[in-house]
Amino acid sequence: MEKQQHRLAFGTLVITSKLPDTMVHFTAEEKAAVVSLWAKVNVELVGGEVLGRLLVVYPWTQRFFDNFGNLSSESAIMGNPKVKAHGKKVLTSFGNAVKHMDDLKDTFAELSELHCDKMHVDPENFKLLGNMILIVLATHFSKEFTPQVQAAWQKLTTAVANALAHRYH
Amino acid sequence: MVLSAAERAAVRALWTKLGTNVGVYATEALERTFLAFPTTKTYFPHLDLTPGSAQVKAHGQKVADALTRAVAHLDDLPTALWALSDLHVRQLRVDPVNFKLLGHCLLVTLARHYPGDFSPAMHASLEKFLSHVISALATSYG
Repeated sequence: MEKQQHRLAFGTLVITSKLPDTMVHFTAEEKAAVVSLWAKVNVELVGGEVLGRLLVVYPWTQRFFDNFGNLSSESAIMGNPKVKAHGKKVLTSFGNAVKHMDDLKDTFAELSELHCDKMHVDPENFKLLGNMILIVLATHFSKEFTPQVQAAWQKLTTAVANALAHRYH
Repeated sequence: MVLSAAERAAVRALWTKLGTNVGVYATEALERTFLAFPTTKTYFPHLDLTPGSAQVKAHGQKVADALTRAVAHLDDLPTALWALSDLHVRQLRVDPVNFKLLGHCLLVTLARHYPGDFSPAMHASLEKFLSHVISALATSYG
């Protein structure tokens, strides 16, 4: 940690330590809970479901997908090949978070700028998507998704949402 | 975001299926909330919040009974939940953001125990139902 010297108004010298910019600390147990469940996830299947549910449960999120074709009903959305493909892409990216849990801000820096500057996505949506991930995991992994496991995953999805929002301006 | 006839029917049907287990699931939802969102524990310094605690179970049953009452009064939630709203606002003074956190954990609990029933449409109906309950609970905030 670097030390910095600051001179305050009355000539008082204050020495502060500059902390590394890692906002979230995951314990070993939390990391293990995330990594072990992730290993079982079918990214293509779960990704499609996660995005599909987002569009069904929070219909206003369809605003970002005007060119996806038929989103007129639950079955249309869940069966839509573009939704499935994009869901897979999103969840694959999430897999990157699992690999870089100690460095999420840097890992998602570029994606954050992209979501702000090019896609104009309200970061509130990242929280909604995170909650969809948890719910889909709960349906697929009833036994494994204990309260402790949920808590670890809740921490991760929140941290990813924050990392994705970090470069907004 | 009014609940359609189909959505009401779906919520009622699921609640019938839950039967006497509503208390068990509400308790699990509370446990999940305390673990995933530790700030929610600040409202319960008077309770033993260790998993399995009898006090959490008792509180879970209270939450369950309120939700069951809500399901029985889908046409008039603000009136049905007025007393509870008053309690949460005036006496307990709970920040309303916390209702959403419990709501989310209840969805996770139900998704986990009833994956076959938890289709996207059911999920959407439940989400709407809970947001109406939360809205009714927040009525007293004025």
